[in-house]
Amino acid sequence: MKKAVKRIYMGIIFLFLYAPIIVLIVFSFNKSKSRGQWGGFTLDWYVDLFKDRQIREALYFTLLVAVLSTLISTIVGTIAALGINNMGKFSRSVILNINNLPVLNPDIVTGVALMTLFISVKIELGFVTMLIAHIVFSIPYVILAVLPKLRQMNKHIAEAAMDLGATPSYALRKVIIPEIAPGIISGALMAFTLSIDDFVISFFTAGTSATNLSILIYSMAKRGVKPTINALSTLMFTVVLILMLIINKKSEKGEEILL
Amino acid sequence: MKKTLRILAYPYVVWMVIFIVVPLFLILFYSFTKGDIHDIGSLEFSVESYKKVAEPLYLKVIGDSFLLAFISTAICLVLGYPVALIIANTDQKYRSLLMMLFLVPIWMNFLLRTYAWMSLLSPNGLINRFLTAIGLPRLEIMPGNAAVLLGMVYNFLPFMVLPIYTVLSKIDKQVLEASSDLGGNKVVTFTRVILPLSIPGVVSGITMVFLPAVSTFVISGLLGGGKTPLIGDMIEQQFLFARNWHFGSSLSIILMVMILISMAVMSRIDKNNQEEGGKAR
Repeated sequence: MKKAVKRIYMGIIFLFLYAPIIVLIVFSFNKSKSRGQWGGFTLDWYVDLFKDRQIREALYFTLLVAVLSTLISTIVGTIAALGINNMGKFSRSVILNINNLPVLNPDIVTGVALMTLFISVKIELGFVTMLIAHIVFSIPYVILAVLPKLRQMNKHIAEAAMDLGATPSYALRKVIIPEIAPGIISGALMAFTLSIDDFVISFFTAGTSATNLSILIYSMAKRGVKPTINALSTLMFTVVLILMLIINKKSEKGEEILL
Repeated sequence: MKKTLRILAYPYVVWMVIFIVVPLFLILFYSFTKGDIHDIGSLEFSVESYKKVAEPLYLKVIGDSFLLAFISTAICLVLGYPVALIIANTDQKYRSLLMMLFLVPIWMNFLLRTYAWMSLLSPNGLINRFLTAIGLPRLEIMPGNAAVLLGMVYNFLPFMVLPIYTVLSKIDKQVLEASSDLGGNKVVTFTRVILPLSIPGVVSGITMVFLPAVSTFVISGLLGGGKTPLIGDMIEQQFLFARNWHFGSSLSIILMVMILISMAVMSRIDKNNQEEGGKAR
């Protein structure tokens, strides 16, 4: 009885979570353009997807910004974390508090604040400003992921490496980086996810010349989303689902999955 | 060595000052001035925009935002806690799979998911077609506050479940056994052991839901149809359409301050709980 109640409850919650996703997937195969009507099965929207310039461009901007901002923020964030870790207590806490601001501040405040900065110094909003904004909100997460690993690390192993004749850069590459690698990886994953998913900050900093997927979807949502977008999100969703299932399978016996 | 490594942080410090500190000061600056934003020389000190915030119309907007965020956080807690508890008590074998299934929807663009709710909830949407087909009354919540609440709960529920689940799954099973050995039934074990131990997760869950909920403008814009403008909608409007940066900035500052206060309160609750309940991790 109790088990049945639990099952039903979880069933309802999962239905609630997946209902809109199922709707999107079903309508990506819908012949009729209207979102309320079923007009028969079709794969046209998937074919259109590869012809639609607007969507291709948005996808390109989304991925390019995500890849670049992840790369840059992971590198800069890791280097900064190394420095912060060696600072005195006071300056470290000041820096970390400032570093936390983009994490704690509502996205909309970060977005309008950056937009105000760019416009005040007369930088035209576009791809570059969007990329900078993504780096701004990603680095804090990288630092927050890397710093605990640095603090857990045995301080003496780097010294030991150098006593044994390693140059500082060699010790960094061969000793410190491998030690903190899990933190770097989870920071990078976080940065990538946040960037792909971001709408609010991009919306304020991208201007009109660089439209990413989120901005495109937002502008469409008010008028009506093209079924091609449904097709694209079905594809993206399937890719994510498969990736997650693989990760889950592989980590079944190992450590907790990275989410 | 320590000193040379320290230098590595300096470039980022400069970056932080330019892209985190300066923009926030600019917002603060614009909130306390009036005049043409494109001619910085013409700006003069003024509290006009704060006076505007205090007008009943805008106070209502702020009140509505906090009320809706508060209600949606409460709903998320009520719905999410049992979910976290059930998943945490599931067999190890299925636990991570369940949690993964729970989190997968986040990976679909949240605008799209919100848009999908539009097609489900709209007056001629799928839910209403279904209800009419089986002879039930129609559900007319979109556009409106109920739809906005639904959108908030839908989008932010995982942020409530995840931290609670993390805390619950770390509770030592032996503590629970001890409680039942000492004569505590299931209810007592829950209220006296599990619940207090899970407070840190609840606190971070509340913060993680309340924060995006109070500042959203997408959900209210799409599902609320502009019927009840929220503070996020106002900020968006002021910066993008009305071009009144002064007013938009003071709204942003007010939003920030109120969020900082709520977070301080939450962390105080968390701290008190930890002191009272011994070392609850």
